[in-house]
Amino acid sequence: MNINMGPQHPATHGVLRVELELDGETVVKATPHIGYLHTGIEKTAESKLYYKVIPTTDRMDYLAPMSNNLGYCLAVEKLLDIEVPEKVKYARVLLTELTRVMSHLVWVGTHTMDLGAMSMMLYAFRDREYIIDLYEACAGQRMMTTYFRIGGLAYDLPADFDAKVKRILKRIPEAMTDYERLLTDNRIFRNRTIGVAKISAEDAINCGLTGPCLRGSGVNYDVRKANPYSGYEKFDFEIPLGHNGDTYDRYLIRLEEMRQSLKIARQALEGMPEGPYRAHVPGVVLPPKEDVLSRMESLIFHFKIITEGFKPPRGAVYQAIEAPKGELGYYISSDGSNKPHRMRVRPPSFVNLSALPKLVEGGLVADVIAAIGTIDIVLGEVDR
Amino acid sequence: MRDKLREYLEKNFGDALIREDDFRDQQSFYIKKDFFLDICRALLNHDEFQVKFLSDICALDWFGDREEKDGRFEVIYNLFSLKFKYRFFLKVRLDGEDPEIDSLSDLWHCADWLEREVYDLFGIVFIGHPNLVKIVTPGELQGYPLRKDFPLTYEIPQFSYNKDEPPEVLQ
Repeated sequence: MNINMGPQHPATHGVLRVELELDGETVVKATPHIGYLHTGIEKTAESKLYYKVIPTTDRMDYLAPMSNNLGYCLAVEKLLDIEVPEKVKYARVLLTELTRVMSHLVWVGTHTMDLGAMSMMLYAFRDREYIIDLYEACAGQRMMTTYFRIGGLAYDLPADFDAKVKRILKRIPEAMTDYERLLTDNRIFRNRTIGVAKISAEDAINCGLTGPCLRGSGVNYDVRKANPYSGYEKFDFEIPLGHNGDTYDRYLIRLEEMRQSLKIARQALEGMPEGPYRAHVPGVVLPPKEDVLSRMESLIFHFKIITEGFKPPRGAVYQAIEAPKGELGYYISSDGSNKPHRMRVRPPSFVNLSALPKLVEGGLVADVIAAIGTIDIVLGEVDR
Repeated sequence: MRDKLREYLEKNFGDALIREDDFRDQQSFYIKKDFFLDICRALLNHDEFQVKFLSDICALDWFGDREEKDGRFEVIYNLFSLKFKYRFFLKVRLDGEDPEIDSLSDLWHCADWLEREVYDLFGIVFIGHPNLVKIVTPGELQGYPLRKDFPLTYEIPQFSYNKDEPPEVLQ
């Protein structure tokens, strides 16, 4: 029998259609069909000045907007060969780690709801609000933040930044204890996840899996450790690894990753240096707004950057970051003009989703739900 | 690994190498199309390098640029050695007329979708791909959107003065 799961089924986490060929309850063949959003973000980037591309990156993984901002800004900074101030590095690390926590909170909520645990979703979304509040304080936006800029941040950190981060660092670990009490030894949850959607280390590498999906199979690859960016080499944290490569291992890994992210965020908050929130590179990095209002040179540079942009040298760069879902990379090719000649996003969700048939074929149809959830896809990123 | 990789490719695939590029400390090798599959297979199975991870496949179109003389399309393979934590790029130039290149789907499972995406958006054919069909654009869309000569349209916004007229689309 052939059935279609999705494209609007709540458990498909967006507009994904999976065509299933069944023999009884066993999945013989699974074919994911994507391509319902047609956002055209890569094409759009070719017609925009470099700094105007940043808002489009939020829309790809809307559950981790700061990670997308960071990947793009780092790629353009690499293209321009500019260094940002230490304070910017620390603030970016802190905010992207909290983004990871936020993304994993949504994951644990929606994934467990797929498996029938309704209350878990309400708890996770409630605790996510603390991080959304911090976003709002920093960027003035709760979801599409566009807070990072090429060469720095959009605004300086807000006055109550410390207090808001401390509230998160206190609240989330308490909440996680509750989650674990609810799920980790829960018999139903264990039965639905242990041994489900299993993938070996060798297959995971060959499928190009990254992030918790790869580390769940025991492969020690994390961009933050392998090729540190934004000053990650200064922070003390560990990379949790799984053993069995099943859904339960990936759950344990994401939970531990949240703890490690909070640990990094605590270090970043304690070590946050004083200093400017933007690099001083006239003609390339927007000058701070207060300077624009009081200094003629800053006003001129501001005007020129906004109207003409800047022209990086010819060449191509690739910058990867460890986003909540895996390796998020930006490949930017410059032809020397003020717009990207080509911007390619290496989306973790797209590549991870391509492994779905491998995860579900031979399993039960009910486990397809668990498999889709455990990949943690966001369709905005799949269909850029 | 940077120097060893260069030495290895120069020694074993000297005829295949066109040039090396080291922009912003990123190693890229431009290679000839005919040798491409052999190089990938050799790197994947090489005992020391262990280039097991194909991170990404993408392409770009040099239409109208001075680079077009070396081949209109550039297909970029983003490879990563988990052992050395080292990333490098293999780049292949293809002609504008009927661009085609060997598929890597036999070597890496992830090449399946990545190649389909490049095919869908650039019209580059991957020889030997088991299921080379569109993946992200609608079935009725003609042409390849990420090519530089793909015609862009513009829809006139509807305001009060033209709300009764049918939407007008400009080529």
